Amino acid sequence: MASLDRVKVLVLGDSGVGKSSLVHLLCQNQVLGNPSWTVGCSVDVRVHDYREGTPEEKTCYIELWDVGGSVGSASSVKSTRAVFYNSVNGIILVHDLTNKKSSQNLYPWSLEALSKDSSPTGIIVSNGDYDREQFAENSVPLLLIGTKFDQIPENKRNDVLTRTAFLSEDFNAEEINLDCTNPRYLAAGSSNAVKLSRFFDKVIEKRYFTRDPSQVRACTFSVCM
Amino acid sequence: MSFFVDSVIMVTSQVLFFGFGWLFFMRQLFKDYEVRQYVVQVVFSITFAFSCTMFELIIFEILGVLSSTSRYFHWKLNLYVILLVLIFVVPFYIGYFVVSNIRLLHRQRLLFSCVVWFTFMYFFWKLGDPFPILSPKHGILSIEQLISRVGVIGVTLMALLSGFGAVNCPYTYMSYFLRNVTDSDILALERRLLQTMDMIVSKKKRIAMTRRQMYQRGEEQNKQTGFWGMIKSVTSSPSGSENLSLIQQEVDALEELSRQLFLETVDLQATKERIEYSKTFQGKYFNFLGYFFSIYCVWKIFMVKFWSQHISFILVGIIIVTSIRGLLITLTKFFYAISSSKSSNVIVLVLAQIMGMYFVSSVLLMRMSMPLEYRTIVTEVLGELQFNFYHRWFDVIFLVSALSSILFLYLAHKQAPEKHMSL
Repeated sequence: MASLDRVKVLVLGDSGVGKSSLVHLLCQNQVLGNPSWTVGCSVDVRVHDYREGTPEEKTCYIELWDVGGSVGSASSVKSTRAVFYNSVNGIILVHDLTNKKSSQNLYPWSLEALSKDSSPTGIIVSNGDYDREQFAENSVPLLLIGTKFDQIPENKRNDVLTRTAFLSEDFNAEEINLDCTNPRYLAAGSSNAVKLSRFFDKVIEKRYFTRDPSQVRACTFSVCM
Repeated sequence: MSFFVDSVIMVTSQVLFFGFGWLFFMRQLFKDYEVRQYVVQVVFSITFAFSCTMFELIIFEILGVLSSTSRYFHWKLNLYVILLVLIFVVPFYIGYFVVSNIRLLHRQRLLFSCVVWFTFMYFFWKLGDPFPILSPKHGILSIEQLISRVGVIGVTLMALLSGFGAVNCPYTYMSYFLRNVTDSDILALERRLLQTMDMIVSKKKRIAMTRRQMYQRGEEQNKQTGFWGMIKSVTSSPSGSENLSLIQQEVDALEELSRQLFLETVDLQATKERIEYSKTFQGKYFNFLGYFFSIYCVWKIFMVKFWSQHISFILVGIIIVTSIRGLLITLTKFFYAISSSKSSNVIVLVLAQIMGMYFVSSVLLMRMSMPLEYRTIVTEVLGELQFNFYHRWFDVIFLVSALSSILFLYLAHKQAPEKHMSL
């Protein structure tokens, strides 16, 4: 398989937010029994039906790269994990709804990943200050996922949802809030599942349709498999 | 009147230390976490404040600042508070937070944390038996009993850390020991890492594809009812799942390999950065210090009992500052390495306990380094402990720790070049 055929999505976030549990849930449709520290990067593959329910439906394999660590890691760790950020087609940003700092750390995370992106449409970062325009121009699709939703007491839910709404506006991304130990949140037909599906469709479209539309007919979907 | 002025000075400095501990906690240790239990932050800052005050009192003693009666009073006060914190408050809260994390015991956590605390006190008391640290004329509940035990734990810790530090410090900073790392070495390792990741991805795709096919075939199988359907399902699935488990084993091995390669690459990057740093002005300065301290450390290892009184006073000052700084840095690194949002409270409290014990025993040991005329106050305040025991104990543990660190670093250094020769 040539490298043209690959669809790569990064999963980023602070350590302990639940990225490994999330990736396991997305790829194996099962809850992860014994989460442990991710050293380096762990990859898993999700089978995704592009344009499900339409005549153009095709099966695609999306690679989810779960990169471990924190934004405050040593510079040697940061330069090493930059290796994983090449040719990325989509980014899932994961934060812990019970920990505000993990949400704030998503800004440096996304900058770290996007400024290493080697594609010509990547954003250019000057001094680490970020504003919405940079994310609006960004062509890599983003998805925001908040975990440990079940651990928030009922009376605080509204505040948390308001906060995440601001976050998703900043990143110009859709948001999903769930609990990684409960597959019910991503049950088929739920609004979360629809958002997830739309995100992956967008990633695949960007991957294959950034070129001249006339070339679209030439590259068929058989390359997905 | 002068007592009042002195007390004001002491309290101000304690408040300053408390603020510094608070800031350190917020800005460094708990940078990535939300502080939900403020009691943890308060306890940590109090331990830090009173520990630093003890050092401050020693310096005041030597410089002759403040009147001697107020100094004596504040020594006693400080000591009582810090013993209270180290023996009652911190262990109780450690037990409390550990118990709160365990779901089964959550309901009656107060009860269980008291149980934990009593267990701690039992072992803490038993600690005194094998060591000849007390003269028989002390009663059961005297303060000397408590200090002596805290002293033993703290001195052991200090000796272990100093022994390791004495060997590790020159090893880290001296460029003589830095392995030669080039950019092409790093690039080659990164390429291997990415290749391994690609292999993992392609195998996982095969697993996913096979699973999907099995699932779809399984659906069609279910449509076939009756006898033949059952026979067919028995004969067709085993080969599929055997194949899967084989590929899964290969994937597990490859994942382990990818982790190793990642850690090796991080190691090489860190070495390369250290080489670059050593070429800068700051790096050269630390390199020189490294040579200086390595000579000092070697001298210390072999000639532990020989101290010149006045050089040792300056060294006492340097030791205080560098050991506080070194301890805080080590604690921070340790904290980042092992904490998670659940255990962060417990770990910070354990670190506060270690820090407190470390500082108390520093005071015990420093008595030896101080010029004779200042030793009396420490002896007066701390009572008649068998100080000689502590010094001998420190020397023994220091020697053991230093020698085993030398052995450990030698083995690690020896093994490393061979790893990279295979590139």
